[in-house]
Amino acid sequence: MTGLLGLLIVALIIWIIFLLSKANEFVSDIKGEENAEDSSNRFNALMCLAFLILGMIGFAWSVFHYAPMFLPPPASEHGAWIRQMFQVSTVPIVIVFFITHVMLFWFAYRYQYKKTNRAVHFAHSTKLEIIWTAIPAVVMVILVAIGLVNWFKIFDDPPAESLVVEATGQQFLWHLRYSGEDNVLGSKSVYDISSDNPFGMDWEDQAGLDDFKSDTLMMQLNQPILVKINSLDVLHSFYLPHFRVKMDAVPGIPTQFWFIPTKTTQEARDERDDQKFNFELACAELCGASHFNMRRVVKVLEEEDFKAWKARQVPIYTDLGIEKKLKEAEKANNENNQLKGETVGI
Amino acid sequence: MAGTKHETMVVNKELYHEHVHDDHHHHHEEGFITKYIFSQDHKMIAKQFLISGIVWAILGGLLSTLFRLQLGWPEENFGILETLLGRWAPDGKILPSFYYSMVTMHGTIMVFFVLTAGLSGTFSNLLIPFQIGARDMASPFMNMLSYWFFFIAGVIMLASFFVETGPASAGWTMYPPQSALPQSSVGSGFGTDLWLMSMAMFIVSVLLGGLNYITTVLNMRTKGMTLMRMPLTVWAFFFTAIIALLSFPVLLSASLLLLFDRNLGTSFYLSDIYIAGEALANSGGSPILFQHLFWFLGHPEVYIVILPAMGIVSHVLATNARKPIFGYGAMVYSILGIAILSFIVWAHHMFVSGLNPFAGGVFVIFTLLIAVPSAIKVFNWVTTLWKGNIRFTPAMLFSIGFVSLFISGGLTGIYLGNSALDIQLHDTYFVIAHFHIVMGMAAFFGMFAGVYHWFPKLFDGKMLNQTLGTIHFWITMVGSYLIFWPMHYMGMSGVPRRYYEFSNFEFAKGYEDLNVFISTVAVIVFIAQFFFIVNFIYSAIAGKRMETKNPWESNSLEWTSSIKGIHGNWPGEIPEVHRWPYDYSKDGYDYIPQTVPQGKEDQFLLKKQPAENAALLEEKRV
Repeated sequence: MTGLLGLLIVALIIWIIFLLSKANEFVSDIKGEENAEDSSNRFNALMCLAFLILGMIGFAWSVFHYAPMFLPPPASEHGAWIRQMFQVSTVPIVIVFFITHVMLFWFAYRYQYKKTNRAVHFAHSTKLEIIWTAIPAVVMVILVAIGLVNWFKIFDDPPAESLVVEATGQQFLWHLRYSGEDNVLGSKSVYDISSDNPFGMDWEDQAGLDDFKSDTLMMQLNQPILVKINSLDVLHSFYLPHFRVKMDAVPGIPTQFWFIPTKTTQEARDERDDQKFNFELACAELCGASHFNMRRVVKVLEEEDFKAWKARQVPIYTDLGIEKKLKEAEKANNENNQLKGETVGI
Repeated sequence: MAGTKHETMVVNKELYHEHVHDDHHHHHEEGFITKYIFSQDHKMIAKQFLISGIVWAILGGLLSTLFRLQLGWPEENFGILETLLGRWAPDGKILPSFYYSMVTMHGTIMVFFVLTAGLSGTFSNLLIPFQIGARDMASPFMNMLSYWFFFIAGVIMLASFFVETGPASAGWTMYPPQSALPQSSVGSGFGTDLWLMSMAMFIVSVLLGGLNYITTVLNMRTKGMTLMRMPLTVWAFFFTAIIALLSFPVLLSASLLLLFDRNLGTSFYLSDIYIAGEALANSGGSPILFQHLFWFLGHPEVYIVILPAMGIVSHVLATNARKPIFGYGAMVYSILGIAILSFIVWAHHMFVSGLNPFAGGVFVIFTLLIAVPSAIKVFNWVTTLWKGNIRFTPAMLFSIGFVSLFISGGLTGIYLGNSALDIQLHDTYFVIAHFHIVMGMAAFFGMFAGVYHWFPKLFDGKMLNQTLGTIHFWITMVGSYLIFWPMHYMGMSGVPRRYYEFSNFEFAKGYEDLNVFISTVAVIVFIAQFFFIVNFIYSAIAGKRMETKNPWESNSLEWTSSIKGIHGNWPGEIPEVHRWPYDYSKDGYDYIPQTVPQGKEDQFLLKKQPAENAALLEEKRV
């Protein structure tokens, strides 16, 4: 009922303003169109000026007001480069933003229609056009150069000593698998997934026997980490906002991202004066109804803490009792064969 | 210097009466169906595209307003949501699955049905024949088909709201595997098949229209209308049609392959998938392939959306600043430059999709190169205002607004186009802010400018109410910035787009107030659009008639045509063209229409002796 009433009121307001505007049209017919247009031009010219001034004040105020909420100093090495790039790009962008907007709205105000004014026929100026082709071109070349240098540094080959971790997206959670002692992930396949083998791991592959899973993404301070990213079902995107890491998880096509965490969780907590703060892992590619819900906590530990944590982890192979099951199966198999052999022998 | 308007009005009034009489000779009887429904007249088809576009814009806007309620007040229950959405919003709270359907349909409707069909379809149809001096399109029949394929596409898309599983929900980009697998989300059921079929129909419509626009521009220009004498509007529509013709078929292929993957068990986009407790047999496909095909259209698409708006704005700015558009040649070549570049930047949407980093680097170069022609256009527009004599008609206001939005949204593209920065900003609210300002709102502003300016050519000389137009402009202008500007800040805080709510993540929290603010403004701006709608409907029926044939004192050909929208546009001969369309304030003449021969200016517009004009004006007043 209130909704209906609200709609009625809104419709009424629109109707009243419409009637007033129509009335204005009639009044201007009586007063003479010229006078009406003069006052309309004056009003709009002033509005342009007001929009410029208030807009710029609003812009400046809001930047400073919200700046504390922008992503804080990055917690990874390459994140610092990206941050610096953002700042470098901002200089020419803000300059151009101010110049063009001031020109646009100031000209609109300054050159508003007056009966006595005459516009200038100014159709072309090669000099001006060369200037505003060349300057943006040069600025773009510089920004591209900075960008590409950083881009190729970020996607350079990962250092050999990188800790290898796997992130697998599935509706709607991230599975995290660590490569264990050998730092090599065991091979896996979606066709081997079963309740006994949630990762679909190939138990023939020795490299997989020491792999362990984790509910928290643990990283070691200043230790390069190579995240192998993939997905079981639809697209996801491995997103670590504080580390400036984002890479899509694509079923069938493995992707990866390596980086160096440069801040421990404890440091970040102290920085914020918030002992409950955590780095987070999210999904950044629409993946279905619970896309907004794929959270994992991310922790960066000092070397000894990380080593201690790692030592406590139990390989999936052992944890799921695969070892035992496989051995039993083998034993049963052998016994069978023996029995068979005996039978044949007789 | 004396007045500019009234003495010219006198001259035009004579012409006006002369032509009104002529009109009668050219009427031939038409039935209701051939005149209003299966019309082959470019003006009627333009009207059909425009009105359909407006209807779709209301729906698309309503969807965004409703899901903004969810984002602004995630804890609240809104009775109105249950009334409108029924089982998709039990107890007045939108289900997450339907939230994604709404987001998907909002994007699809706005990008394709409103800003492609509604903008390019309307104004290419209306203005190409008028401004190049043709009686109609090269193939009026194909033109009619173009509209009706669009109509069918619309019916199919609308039908998807009423199927059991609801409309498609994989985002307007329709990325597989989500869009390919009904198991992945509710909306990936039959709704997605309908989406793909609708898109196929829509592409047929675009291709039929585009072929027509290109042929008409190349073959049907009136005598003297050389290419470099065409208004920038026509140049923009021409390049838009070429881009559309080259890129849309790729989306058609992509959609068909996706339909095959969905229904025939093929594996173009699918491989190694384990979903809903089973491993699928599909193997060897690539989800990335779809992204390449999609964005091969998808990126040119944003230029298909923005170029017509640029053309309209260039023309309206020059007319109302009473100055020639600055750097006409540079404007044409920068459209050409943008058109070419638009085909080699598509992968900047895919920097972090697993694309080869080297390819990413190449796309950075081309992407940032687009800033150069864009900058040329902006500076040329601004210079067009310099030392002008600016009349703030609603069309002019929307054009100035367009330039402002294009600057603001274009500049943030410099961040996003730089791949290393895109790692941080990709799929955050920064992207939403960027493209809503630069191609969403800006293109809407171009469309509004076009409607306010050319309304008399659509509705037999009736005009929109200017006061209401001014109110509409300022609310929309201020509102656009208030809605989308703060989203940059959210993006810079890492807030991801396409989130139903933000409460699960610490890093995305803290913007509750801002979300409430944005949603409130969104509701107001949506309601304010009804100023336009009421104005549109009233004025189309009973609007004030223009007093002269050429209310904006424009140079281009459409204002020499019959006031009443007659078949063939000009009652007599098609006028011959003797000059470019931007002779404003030249040699002391306020404006010189294209039809005026060199040296014959005086007979049309006496402006050389200001003293005489002043006397004339005084005389008239007495």
